Amino acid sequence: MDKSNPRTMPIQSATFTNEINAEIRRAAATGIYDIRGGGAKRRVPHFDDLLFLGASVSRYPLEGYRERCETSVTLGTRFAKNPIQLDIPITIAGMSFGALSGQAKEALGRGASMAGTSTTTGDGGMTPEERNHSSKLVYQYLPSRYGMNPNDLRKADAIEIVVGQGAKPGGGGMLLGQKISDRVAEMRTLPQGIDQRSACRHPDWTGPDDLEIKILELREITGWQVPIYIKVGATRPYYDTALAVKAGADVVVIDGMQGGTAATQDVFIEHVGLPTLACIRPAVQALQDLGVHRDVQLVISGGIRTGADVAKAMALGADAVAIGTAALIALGDNDPKWEAEYQKLGSTTGAYDDWHEGQDPAGITTQDPDLAARLDPVEGGRRLRNYLKVMALEAQTIARACGHNHLHNLEPEDLCALTMEAAAMARVPLAGTEWYPGKAGF
Amino acid sequence: MQSYDVAEQGLRGLNQVLQAQSDDTNQTTWQITNPKGSHALAVGLDAPIDVTVKGSTGYYCAGMNQQATVRVEGSVGPGVAENMMSGTVIVEGDASQYAGATGHGGLLVIRGNASARCGISMKGIDIVVQGNIGHMSAFMAQAGTLVVCGDAGDALGDSLYEARLFVRGSVKSLGADCVEKDVRPEHLDLLKDLLERAGVDAKPEEFRRYGSARQLYNFDVDNAAAY
Repeated sequence: MDKSNPRTMPIQSATFTNEINAEIRRAAATGIYDIRGGGAKRRVPHFDDLLFLGASVSRYPLEGYRERCETSVTLGTRFAKNPIQLDIPITIAGMSFGALSGQAKEALGRGASMAGTSTTTGDGGMTPEERNHSSKLVYQYLPSRYGMNPNDLRKADAIEIVVGQGAKPGGGGMLLGQKISDRVAEMRTLPQGIDQRSACRHPDWTGPDDLEIKILELREITGWQVPIYIKVGATRPYYDTALAVKAGADVVVIDGMQGGTAATQDVFIEHVGLPTLACIRPAVQALQDLGVHRDVQLVISGGIRTGADVAKAMALGADAVAIGTAALIALGDNDPKWEAEYQKLGSTTGAYDDWHEGQDPAGITTQDPDLAARLDPVEGGRRLRNYLKVMALEAQTIARACGHNHLHNLEPEDLCALTMEAAAMARVPLAGTEWYPGKAGF
Repeated sequence: MQSYDVAEQGLRGLNQVLQAQSDDTNQTTWQITNPKGSHALAVGLDAPIDVTVKGSTGYYCAGMNQQATVRVEGSVGPGVAENMMSGTVIVEGDASQYAGATGHGGLLVIRGNASARCGISMKGIDIVVQGNIGHMSAFMAQAGTLVVCGDAGDALGDSLYEARLFVRGSVKSLGADCVEKDVRPEHLDLLKDLLERAGVDAKPEEFRRYGSARQLYNFDVDNAAAY
């Protein structure tokens, strides 16, 4: 062969990318799938693909900094004697003590309380610190029932029956042994140092008919005082919402695939579930078809980052949102100041997701006392409070621009979509048109 | 003795009055009539009272019980004494699925048979079944003791943690990581105590012990075939 002839330019495969090839090599070397924290990292249609239209000749805006735009929301008005009153419609999603350090849980409670909203327990039960620092605390009722007891149940301001979560609908969890401190082990009634499997199914009910009876039991034990939420991972939002209503839920929580987890297989996180954007309208449709929209509240989570995301979720019909990953970032997760340590762990700022290993430089997803001490819960709480307030201000700014005096008055007609996919999922017109895929008459 | 007619006075009123009893109540004995298969009967109790249910119940009878002694003169639906913390629950008849599920403490006695998943995810409760138990019993059981005077169905103790299992009859099959273990003197003492407290006439020496092999406690890809 004449070496002076031009060579074919090396072409990287779009199928066998460097990332894919690296994962193949990693799997071949280790014999185990990749486990990580966080939610889906792949690009999926999201709130960024929607825009607000703002006021125009046919609508007039409200004056910023002068005319009020309410942000409050009440959750649990259907059956509970004591619904939860929140100042802002942005709640803190369930994250466990075990997955997170005690300091991180305290910071979440402090920040949420200062912002006038609720926080949520997670697998492993309720810690006194969390209860004491959370003015409104939602108690998760999970398949594992780790740490579950009636005394804590009665201390809760609401109960959230977790059927699934967006990062792993249909999957359980695994808290790896390196994060099982003596206290975590004791709370979960398991030996120290072993991998703790969180079950994917509830142990004492299957299906919506059983769930209805389970809710009756929980209400009887708590005297019908507190709201009962049902949380599902986004897969079949229309039917899951309808069945949750049938089972007697006060609040339905739907968690999209961008919703985070402390530890799950990457293949699960990236390949199971629906994007958050795709599940709001079907869930709202179910509530409307049953005549309970706004009577049964809808909470949306999974990739909520900004006040714009909050406003868009609410315009599509949600009553409130929940944040998890964003709250951890507000506390200091993936902060560039830890870059050198992320590098040592083989990661980098913004990409660190090995939350299951317990080596978090930011001291948030760890049980290592030295690392955990890096997070000041008072300062962390203040940062979270600030962030929540900013999100609320951003959402108010948008709502005023659309002429609404309450975030709940935002509506789909305030939105347009930048892509066909987003238009189809959100059921709002493609920008500059009156059309979206599936709309009757087109 | 206090009496309460569920059919006439309703479920909410029953649970309300039973839950209102304090540690020093003088209304210590209750008779519940006409349960007629009601769900969530006598749930969330937390006082040293004796409650006798005259008939069969539905789901979750005596759920999350603390301190109280609840005796059901009939059979019970799924999830009897689920997540019980303390006290005693006695079922004179049979129990449906998930009996004693996730229980943290106390004693559950079933005079008849218990269906599938008896003692699932138990976390410290003691369960004595005079008859047989169904498949997948003690699945992911973490702590406590399950005593079966009859036979056990398929996959007993699958993915077991530290719960102790004793079976007098046959075991159709053992679940993943569950193995038969030697019965040592301390186990005979434990059995003797539990059988006496349950009012069961059986000899501890007749039972075989099963427990976790502890091979699945930490993930190892070479164990993948076991899952």
